Parts: sequence; C-alpha cells; structure tokens
Amino acid sequence: MPILRVQNMSHDFGGLRAVQDYAVEIEMGQIRGLIGPNGAGKTTIFNLLTGIYTPTEGEIVLDGKRINGLPAHRIASMGISRTFQNLLLWRHMTVLEHVKMAHYSRIRYGLFGAFFGTTKRHKEEAEIEGKAYALLEMMGIRHLSDQVVLNLPYGAQRRVEMARALATEPRILLLDEPTAGMNPEELGQIMEIIRRVHDQLGLAVLLIEHRLKVVMELCERIQTLNFGEVIAEGTPEEIQNDPKVIDAYLGKESLI
Amino acid sequence: MPVKVRTSRNLRASYSRVPLLGWFCGALIAVTLERFAGTPIALALGLPKIPVLFGLDIMLKKPVLIPNAILYVALVYGLPMGVTTRSSISLTNRLAGRLIRFPIAITVAVHLALLYTTLHLWAGISDYRALVLKLTLIAVMLTLSLNVINGYMGEFSCSHPGFMALGAYCASVFTVGLFVDDQFFGAVFLPPALGPFLFPVALILGGFLASFGALFVAIPSFRTRGDYLAIISLAFLFIVKSLIENLEFVRGPRGLSGQPDWADLPTVFLWTVLCVWSINNFVRSTLGKALNAVRDNEMAASAMTVDTRRTKIVAFLFAAFWAGVAGGLFAHVLRYVNPSTFSIQNLAEVLAMVYFGGLNSVYGSIVGAVSISLLGEALRPLEIFKWIIIPLLLILVMIFRPTGLIAFKDLDVASLLRPKQNPDGEV
Repeated sequence: MPILRVQNMSHDFGGLRAVQDYAVEIEMGQIRGLIGPNGAGKTTIFNLLTGIYTPTEGEIVLDGKRINGLPAHRIASMGISRTFQNLLLWRHMTVLEHVKMAHYSRIRYGLFGAFFGTTKRHKEEAEIEGKAYALLEMMGIRHLSDQVVLNLPYGAQRRVEMARALATEPRILLLDEPTAGMNPEELGQIMEIIRRVHDQLGLAVLLIEHRLKVVMELCERIQTLNFGEVIAEGTPEEIQNDPKVIDAYLGKESLI
Repeated sequence: MPVKVRTSRNLRASYSRVPLLGWFCGALIAVTLERFAGTPIALALGLPKIPVLFGLDIMLKKPVLIPNAILYVALVYGLPMGVTTRSSISLTNRLAGRLIRFPIAITVAVHLALLYTTLHLWAGISDYRALVLKLTLIAVMLTLSLNVINGYMGEFSCSHPGFMALGAYCASVFTVGLFVDDQFFGAVFLPPALGPFLFPVALILGGFLASFGALFVAIPSFRTRGDYLAIISLAFLFIVKSLIENLEFVRGPRGLSGQPDWADLPTVFLWTVLCVWSINNFVRSTLGKALNAVRDNEMAASAMTVDTRRTKIVAFLFAAFWAGVAGGLFAHVLRYVNPSTFSIQNLAEVLAMVYFGGLNSVYGSIVGAVSISLLGEALRPLEIFKWIIIPLLLILVMIFRPTGLIAFKDLDVASLLRPKQNPDGEV
C-alpha cells in the first residue's frame, strides 16, 4: 500500500490553472523524480503536498488519512518534509539550532519547561541535541555546528537544509532541486548523500531536478510535467525515449 | 608610542582575566567605601555632598566642580575597583572555580546576593538613588519583554505602555481596594499584615490582565505578517488609555493614588531577576528559538513543524505578562498612577532602550535599559536638551551599529560565571 496517494489534484492561481489532475502514488523507500521545464508547476506541487497551498480540487491521502487543508506544520509533523529550491534558511541561527528547531513537534516539556528551565526540559534538549549532532555527522557538517548559516558556503548550506529536513523524522522527503548551482564535484557528493539517506533511513524521496543525469541515475520512476499536467510517466529509460518529453524539453523537431 | 600601546594591551589583558565574581567583589568594596567614607571624601574634595549619580548631576549643574566630581568618582569607584579586582585575580578565580562546581542555582544565588548587597549599599546613600534604581530595574523588565516581540520575534509592537497600564491599574485596584481605607473602595478589607504576601498575587493578576488584553491584539494581527501588528497595537494603546480615563472607579484622568509602600528594593530586584531569568530561559529553549525561525523565514518554520501562530501568540502574551508585572511594580514604586503616564512618550523611551541596547539579546536589553534610564536621570538638569542628546545618541548607534550595541548574543549564565583562568595555572 502506498504511503502517499494523490488523486486528481488541481490548483488555480486566480484564473490560471497551475496544476491539472495531478496523481501520484509513492511507495515506502521509493525514489521518484519530477521533471519538467521552468514554470511547469513542479514547485507548486511540492507546496500543495506540504500544505503551504491548499489544492482547489482533489485529494491528498497520507497513510489513509486525508491531509489537504491541514496547516503546513501539521503535515510536516505527520511525516512529509522538504527542502526549498532557494534555500530558506534562518539567517541568524546556527547550524545546530537549525537542526534542533526541526524537532519542534516532538518537544514535550511545554511552556512551563521553557519558562522555568525544568530538568525535563534539559533532558529533552540534550536528547534533541544528540540527535541533531548525529544528523550533522551524517551530512558531514558536524564541525560547522556553531556557525551562523549566513557565513557558510553554498554547498554547506544545502547540507544544513537537508539535515534540517531529516530532523523532522519524515517518511517522505521532498527535495526541490537539491543540486541547483553546484559544481560537478559537489554534485557527486550530494547524490551520494541522497543515496545514503535513502538507504540508511529507508525514506521515500520525491525529487525535483533539472539535471537529467541526476534523475536518471537516482530515480526508479519519473514523472514529466508540462503546463501543470503530467505528460509522461515511467522508468528512466522510458522517459528518455518518450517523444513528448523530448518535445517539452527540446521543442518540436520541425521547429529546430 | 609602541610602549604605550603595549601597556594598554597588557592592562586590558590582565583585566580580562577578572571573573564576574571579582567585579562584583570590587564593586561591593567600592560602595562599602562610599558608605563609610563617602561624605568626608566628598567634603574634602569641595563637593557639597556625595554625588548622586556618579557626579554627572553635579557636573551639569555646576561646571566649576567638574574636576572635583571626576576625582571623586575615580577615588571612590575607580581606584578601589581597579586595585582590588586586579590584585585578587587569582583569589577570585579560585573562588569562582570552586563555586562553579556547586549546582548552578547556588552559584547564581551567591552572585545575585553580592550584586544585591552592592546595589543596596549604593542605593542606601539617598532616597533619590533608591528611586532611580527601582525605576531602572523596572525599565529592564519592560525593555526585555519588548525585545521578545520586537527583537526575537521581529514584529513591531507599540502597545507596551498599554500592557503596563493594565498591570499597573489591576495591581493598584487590588491593593488599594483590599488594604487601604479609601473613599472609593471602602474600608480596609484584609489585615495589612497579609499585604506583602498578597502583593505578588496583585502583580501576577496585573500580568494576567495585560496578557488577556494582549490576546485582543494578537488574534487579529498574527494571521498575517507585516505592519498590521504595529497599527493594531498602537490603536490598543490608545484604547486602553482612553478606557482608563473614562472609568470613574479608578478616578479617570485624576489618577489613582495611595498604593501601599510594598515595592521596596528587594522586591523590585527579585521580580527583575525572575523576569530576566524566565525570559532568558524561554528564548534559549527550542520552543523560544522558534521565534527566531518565524522571524527569519516563516514558511521554512512551518515546513519544519513549527506552529508559527501559536509561537507568536504565546510569546506576545508572555511579553505582555511581564510588561503588566512591571506596570504593577511601577505603580507601587511611585504610589500614584494616572493614564497620561502611559503615553506615546513612554513608548518612545522603551523603544529607544530596546534599539539602543540591541535586538535579540538579553545583554543588550539590560545595557540599553540601564544606560538610557541612568542617562535620562543624569541629564535631567539639562531639561529640554536631554531630548536632543538622547535621540542624537540613538541616531549615532543606528548609524554605526544598526541592530544596537549588543545584538544577537545569547546570555549563557554558566559561561558568564566561569573563572577566567585555570585556578592553578599561571596565565
């Protein structure tokens, strides 16, 4: 049974239909790709799945529970986490604070503990800190834990975002162009990290990506989007040879 | 020249090894000296009496006495502190090293006791000093609580004097109504002996009323971000003010007086410590850090499971609570409140303290509140020019340090109290 099932999801911005009848079924431990030209609606789909927008039509079902209309933080704590295309980090906070913050929904000490510094709070904070350090270790940025993110190089910021996303203990991880702006060396590293995260934590991953090399290497199944509609779905080989995909990416042959 | 530079660097290096305990002990020795030998020293230096606020007031009133006042400050504060802190470095470091091994609560209590004794001796010289000190401590509470909203949360709230007014009036009605023979509230209801025990209840009730009022600002304005909070909170300030002006049972614009004299220095000090402690606890916890996440990027915060709306409302009510408590103390320090106290000018002062001291920082709020309120008192002889000098200072700070003097700095109590050198080491 799929953990996430989306049916007939559509979304309008005013009069513009950004997403039309999108459907997907994500199985546990699957890596899926979502490709398409700029403006095809890929990021909108992520925003719909994570509750930043509420779909105009359709249904999003996580573990048999309908989640459309729930606020973003509820959906995030139910197990869908994400990274952002343009790195939405908290500029004044340190790397460690970023990863600790993503444990927010698991904090049990409550306001009383926060105001009066109870032993329960110190215990929980220490626990969270331990988990956060483990994630930073996994991302290879433990030595940067006290740095304010603003001072970090781009590649490290990407890793912070990934560590933060994993700290919410998701079952589905949505990665929005994780390799954007990276050089070939960093690209290899980030692919290695995605694979490691997937293997060690057994997550399902949904990946938006522009570089076909990355998608073809990582993903089991790929959906291609154009003008808000899925125009092709299949394994990397099927997608690579699909004339509609070639059209969407390269334009019609006759026009070249 | 190089020799001079080196000595000044050496001097700074040697003083940087003085632990906080050393500074507190030095200050205690200085104020003890002033207590017992202050008057003879002042008279010997040709000053009429002990300068009240570090000689600033005397300097401004009688410029002829400027050298005498400076000499007094150097002799009574500078010299004893300089000598004792420097000469006792190894002793105080050893003591601090031993203290830090106790549970943190005991270490903090010892430091606070030293600090309080110092303040008590300093304030014991004159009633004016005691009043200035109490108002300064109240300003610290107000500034810090406003910093939670304007600094940590990054919104702009203007309603702090309104919360203060709610707290002040609620606490006053409670104490005047129950413990004072008053023509409006009738005869004494409870024996006055109970008063000091029920005073905290009055303050807490005031804080809760302020929080309740804050709810009416928070619910409509935290649906979205932006300037709404500034506008709604400003409106709230005016509503509270005109509400009190029109309530006959608190005597409207004539003000409410006759509050019992319970806000003495230890009480105010204790509440200030409680306020700083709980706010510092809050902003350093992950629940409190969520405020920073909401400020820096709300969308990312909610995608990382942070309940942004709840975070904002809780912090706002919490800040309002402390503003209410500060208001209650304020009413009982002055033993008189009227609605015009809680005006735009009051708001401007608190805002100045927040932005002068530094956003997102407990240190900053303490520094800002203490420096602006002491400066305000010291410059009082200049009358109208005071309102030129302080804003000018604020402008300079905004130019050279746009986020304030000490911004974005965590107050970590344990590392603050730690000895500054190895107890047995040479360096």
